[in-house]
Amino acid sequence: MPIYKAPLEDIKFVLNEVVGAADLAGLPGYGEATPELVDTILEEAAKICEEVLFPLNQSGDAEGCTFDNGAVKTPSGFKDAYQVFREGGWTGLSCDPAYGGQGLPMLVNFVVNELVCSANMSFGMYPGLSHGAYNAVAKHADDALKNIYLPKLADGTWTGTMCLTEPHCGTDLGLVRTKAEPLGNGAFKITGTKIFISAGEHDLADNIIHLVLARLPDAPQGIRGISLFLVPKFIVNPDGSLGQRNAAVCGSIEHKMGIKASATCTMNFDGAVGWLVGKPNKGMSAMFTMMNEARLAVGMQGLGLAEVAYQNAVQYARERLQGRALTGVKAADKPADPLIVHPDIRRNLLTMKALVEGCRALALWVGHALDIEARHTDEKMRAEAADFVALMIPIIKAFLTDTGFDVANLGVQIYGGHGYIRDHGMEQFVRDARITQIYEGTNGIQALDLVGRKMPEDFGRLMRQFFHPVADFMAAEKDNAALSEMLMPFMSAFGKLQLSTVTVATRGFGNPDEAAAAATDYLRLFALVAVGFMWLKMAKIAAARLVDAGGAGANAAFYETKLKTARYYFTKILPQVNALNIAILAGAKPVMDMPAEAF
Amino acid sequence: MKVLVSIKRVIDYNVKIRIKPDNSGVETQNVKMSMNPFDEIAVEEAVRLKEKGFATETIAVTFGVTQAQETLRTAMAMGIDRAIYVPVETDLQSLTVAKALKKIVEKEQPGLVIMGKQAIDGDSGQAGPMLAGLLGWPQATFASRVEVADGRVRVVREVDGGLETLEAPLPALITTDLRLNEPRYASLPNIMKAKKKPLENLTLADLGVEPEPRLKMLRVDEPAKRQAGIKVPDVATLLDKLRNEAKVIG
Repeated sequence: MPIYKAPLEDIKFVLNEVVGAADLAGLPGYGEATPELVDTILEEAAKICEEVLFPLNQSGDAEGCTFDNGAVKTPSGFKDAYQVFREGGWTGLSCDPAYGGQGLPMLVNFVVNELVCSANMSFGMYPGLSHGAYNAVAKHADDALKNIYLPKLADGTWTGTMCLTEPHCGTDLGLVRTKAEPLGNGAFKITGTKIFISAGEHDLADNIIHLVLARLPDAPQGIRGISLFLVPKFIVNPDGSLGQRNAAVCGSIEHKMGIKASATCTMNFDGAVGWLVGKPNKGMSAMFTMMNEARLAVGMQGLGLAEVAYQNAVQYARERLQGRALTGVKAADKPADPLIVHPDIRRNLLTMKALVEGCRALALWVGHALDIEARHTDEKMRAEAADFVALMIPIIKAFLTDTGFDVANLGVQIYGGHGYIRDHGMEQFVRDARITQIYEGTNGIQALDLVGRKMPEDFGRLMRQFFHPVADFMAAEKDNAALSEMLMPFMSAFGKLQLSTVTVATRGFGNPDEAAAAATDYLRLFALVAVGFMWLKMAKIAAARLVDAGGAGANAAFYETKLKTARYYFTKILPQVNALNIAILAGAKPVMDMPAEAF
Repeated sequence: MKVLVSIKRVIDYNVKIRIKPDNSGVETQNVKMSMNPFDEIAVEEAVRLKEKGFATETIAVTFGVTQAQETLRTAMAMGIDRAIYVPVETDLQSLTVAKALKKIVEKEQPGLVIMGKQAIDGDSGQAGPMLAGLLGWPQATFASRVEVADGRVRVVREVDGGLETLEAPLPALITTDLRLNEPRYASLPNIMKAKKKPLENLTLADLGVEPEPRLKMLRVDEPAKRQAGIKVPDVATLLDKLRNEAKVIG
């Protein structure tokens, strides 16, 4: 049986010492979000994740969802767990108090997301999708729709979905065929088939609110002719009670590699009644509200899986006795030494640890910026934070999910054959992680978003939100002796990022294939430097705290470990940027030269 | 009727206990702390009595370091109405706790005091019975079911070989056993509300109690590691060893 303990010590370190989350309490509406309250909230969230959600992770995977004549049953225990989660108010954590939410910072929601996904990623899909639907309705729908739907989505009585994909169109949403015809009373008749709809049908809530992309009769071709509609499973009566069953029906559920406890549905809309959200033909911009948040949330899924895989790998490496240390026996009283003495096992564990903690710091930095973007009183601060978030979304989505998969995979490796069989739960983390690299825009699409949209926008305006703080930090710390061993490799890596940025931008300007062929390597290079920047910040803090405490004190061991992990990152992981840089500079020719028929 | 609950902040039950290098006690620095699990059950029971209409107000008390106030907030997040915090630097001994609680009971006049049957750090299990003794109140320890009706409390307690049912007039004192209830998770709205609930500060001096220890801790050691067993060649050797080495038979 796998284990999970919420990594609250590391989370608090990042929130309070690295990101400086205490300042959120100074933003309008966030007055209550003091570090003490946030601590209490995270401790309670940790309890629910460890005691309620995690015990259902393996059983939910084994049992899966079942489909019978339009109805979907979630695995045993999910209904009760959802009840606990909902009654605890967790679905409305960062929702507007005007609609019954708790009005807490999005950063706190971000952290809770990580815990939920470590504990039970499949479970997290249901409230996760609802939160996306809540945001799209909150930002784009009119008050009439908001008043009906937001309170129920915030308190989790109803859940939500995003209905984008159709059988013939996944990434290319311009091909959407689902039709919306006006009924004359302000409502529309929605007809079409949507596939891969997470939480499309289930037994956890009384009503399901589908947000559906569809075309109006007079809509222009392609992406500019798409509108967003709200289609409830049950039509809501004027008094708020549930009325007639809408013609939005689940036709089947998918049999998948992972997240088996999350119902992935084919949804048939057969003249279902729906209401327009936002303006006609502006569905994509409304959908992007959901997608941007969802992309960050998917990044947190990757992080959550990486964390839980790491925890189990460490435990196993300490307990499993196998072979003797090459330099002499370490555990003479035992028949063999624990795995953790072996250099290759340590290499795997340190890679996992350095990536997990570095990614967490990066993600929470972005989470913090989300709140600055939403609430800061200074317009310039808001605009800069928005630029930073926009830049980092593809990096968080792609790199954290690639890391989630890679780290889960290393976890299996440490367990050997015992990782490959089901009992220990390690292979489930790999299977669950795999989808995160695919949905919400494949990681290839994320890389294109970075080089095609985010990089060139306004001649690199977004890029400055990362490059400037890094340059400032390097200038300020250039004489910090405690940091120089890390600053030197970092500066070299940052130089590679600058060089490859210029290369991709200039070559891509002349030939878009140049940018596209380099995109995935470039995103990874950027992410490794960004995570390196977080390790630099963490190392600076850890070194300073150790000096303050004279190398002792309550937390000395924690800071020592941070420094050692940082050293591993700078010496053993960050050098990957050199290879990536060379590959990027090699250009598109090796990729595009091959005729299609020669493959 | 008011219900008073005493709680203690202890090392979390999940934490592996380490002894301080100088053997002066258990390492509590940088160790996860939580509410004593038996006290959590006491809090839950008090909140349920209020929800059922038997209690009009619920109060939680703790003696502890500054962070113990967070434990009181946790109790209030579970539904306790208000809290009393008495700062102390070092761990109090059971008799001091009982004496201080007596003063608080005299001030608050609760109809029922609910305490954990023991704290999982010291495992003394004394504070509850001592308090009942000092107050001259009836007590029912190790409760696994509690019913309040007509000015009396009926308590089912788990004893060796069965269940024993006691009935006592109020006011009375109860200590909780594990099976009394399953404490709830604090909801997010209640965690937020708990911040605004009243938390009163009292000192031991206010209560007229001196924290004079009656016992002195000499040293704390880990249990001796278990030695590997040996195989004896015959019964005679076994008897010899039992007689002369283990000295368990004469």
